[in-house]
Amino acid sequence: MISFWIIVAYLVLAALCAMDLVFTNYDVVNNSQPYAFPSWQHWFGTDLFGRDVLARAAHGTVTSLIVGFFGAALSVVIGTFFGAIAGYFGGLIDDLITWFYSTLDNIPYILLLVAFSFVSGPGLKTLCLAIGLTSWVGHCRLVRSEFIKQRGQEYVQGAFAMGASHSRRIFIHILPNTVHLILINFSLGFVSAIKAEVILSYLGLGVAPGVPSWGMMISDARLELARNVWWGLVAATLFMFFLVLAFTLFNDAVRDALDPKLRDK
Amino acid sequence: MLKYTLRRVLYVIPILFGVTLICFLLFNVAGGDPAAQAAGKYATAEQIRTIRHEMGLDKPLPLQYWDYLKQVVTFDFGRSWSTKQNISEMFLEGVGPSLTITFPGFVISLLLTIPLALLLGYKRDSLLDKFSMFICLAMISISSLVYILAGQYFLSYKMNLFPISGWDSSWSGRWEYALLPILIMVVLSIGGNVLFFRTLFIEEMHKDYVRTARSKGLSNKTVLTKHILRNALIPIITLTVLQIPFLILGSLLIESFFGIPGLGGITVNAINNADFPVIKAMVVILTILYTIFNLLSDLLYAVVDPKVRLE
Repeated sequence: MISFWIIVAYLVLAALCAMDLVFTNYDVVNNSQPYAFPSWQHWFGTDLFGRDVLARAAHGTVTSLIVGFFGAALSVVIGTFFGAIAGYFGGLIDDLITWFYSTLDNIPYILLLVAFSFVSGPGLKTLCLAIGLTSWVGHCRLVRSEFIKQRGQEYVQGAFAMGASHSRRIFIHILPNTVHLILINFSLGFVSAIKAEVILSYLGLGVAPGVPSWGMMISDARLELARNVWWGLVAATLFMFFLVLAFTLFNDAVRDALDPKLRDK
Repeated sequence: MLKYTLRRVLYVIPILFGVTLICFLLFNVAGGDPAAQAAGKYATAEQIRTIRHEMGLDKPLPLQYWDYLKQVVTFDFGRSWSTKQNISEMFLEGVGPSLTITFPGFVISLLLTIPLALLLGYKRDSLLDKFSMFICLAMISISSLVYILAGQYFLSYKMNLFPISGWDSSWSGRWEYALLPILIMVVLSIGGNVLFFRTLFIEEMHKDYVRTARSKGLSNKTVLTKHILRNALIPIITLTVLQIPFLILGSLLIESFFGIPGLGGITVNAINNADFPVIKAMVVILTILYTIFNLLSDLLYAVVDPKVRLE
C-alpha cells in the first residue's frame, strides 16, 4: 500500500513540475557557481552550469513518467492487439503473428532498442516509440495463450449463440478477462522503460540536451565523478530508486491479489 | 526425438528469414538513405549518387535484400566506416575479450545465487528471507549504469584497487583489467537471479513428489539437493543456455566504460560514430547466434523433459 502512495506522490510531483509550480529554478543558469557542493541553498549542489541539481532531478520525474507511461502503454496496446487476434482466430493469422514476434524476440532486446532509436534519431518521441515498439513480445505471448484458453469457454460460445460478432467477442467478452495480465505487464513495462531511458541516454540516444532527465544526469556523472562531483549521480539515482522500487513492490502486490494460485501456497 | 529435432530445426528457417528481413528494412529502408549517411553532411548530390551505385543501392529492393543475404551467408560485411577495418575480423577479435569478462561473471553468479535462492526458498517468510528479498528488490531498482559508475569511482579511482580502464590482450595480463568488470557483472545479476530462482524453487517445493520424499523420511538436505534442486534445474538450464549469446555480446555498458575491446565496446563505439555497417552486422550476427542457441535450448529441454516432444 505504501508503494501505491509513493507512486501517487511521484505523479503529483511530476504534475506540479510540469505546471512549473515547484522547483521552478531548474533551468536557471548560474555560471558563477558550477559544481557547487551541496548546501542549504542547493541540497544536492549544482551542475556544470550552476543549475540546481535537486530541481533538475525533480523535473526528471516528468521525463521518466512520460517515457514509462507511453513506452509501456504502446507495448501493452500492441501486445494485446496481436495476442488477442492470434489467440482468438488461430490458424494462419496465428502462424503469421507468432512468426513475427518470434523473429523480433530473437533479436537481443538491447540491440533492437539501440538499432531502432539509432535509425529514427534521438528525442523524447523516439524514446517512447523505440521502447514501446520493441518490448511488446512477452506481453503478446501471454495474451495469446490466455485467449486460446478462453475462446472455447462457455461464455464465449454463449456470446456467439446470441449473435455477437468476432470483434465483440474479442474486445467485450474475452478482453476483460485478461485485464490482470494487462495491468501487470503495463506496470512491468513502466519499470523497464524507465531503466531503458538511462541506457539509451548513455548511448547518446536519449532526450534532447537541456531537457532534465535522470538518464542524462546519470550518464553525465561519468565525467563529473572524475572531478569528485557525486551529487548529480546520487540525486538522480535516489529519485529513480524510490520510483522503481515502489513500482516493483506494487507489481508484486497486484500479482498476489490477482493470482489466487500464488496466494494459497 | 528425431522428428521433434527436425521440426524444430526447420522452424529456424523462417525465423532467420524474418530476422534478416527486419534488419534489412530497419537499416536500409526506415533508416534513411545509407549512401547519404556514408557520404557525410557536406557531400554533393553527384557524390551521393556515386556512392549509392558503389553500394548497390540503386538496385530494386528485393535485389538489395538478396545482396544483403549473400553478405550474411558469406560472413562478409565489408568495412567499418570509421576504422576502415574488416567487420568480420573485428567481430572475431572482439569475442575473446567479451568472453573473458562475461563467462566468469556468469558462472560465479550462478554458483552464488542458486544455493542462496534455494536457502531462501526453504526458509520462506523467515526474517532472513524477507530481508534478502528486500535487498534484491532494492538492487534491481538501481540502474546498471550506477553500479558501473560507483564501482569504477570507489574501487578504481578512490581506492586504487583496480586499473580505471584499459586492456592487455595477453592471456595472463588481461585479468588485472578484467577483475573489476567481472565483479560488477556478478553484482548486476545477483538481485534478478535470486528473485527468479527463488520463485522456481518455491514452485517446486509444493509439488507432490516433495511430500512423498518427505513422508519416506528423507532428510531435509536430501530433499532439497536431490529432489527439488534437480527438478528446478530444468528451467534454470534452459534459461542459462539462452543467456550464452548475451555473454558473447558482453555487457555493452561495462565494456565501453572499462575500455575493453570486446563486442559490446565495439558496438557502443559504432553507435557513437554512427558507424552504420558495424551496427548492422552486430545486430544480425548476434541475432543469428541467439536463434541457434534458442534452438539448442529447446532441444535440450526436450531431452530433459520428454513431455515437450509430444506437444
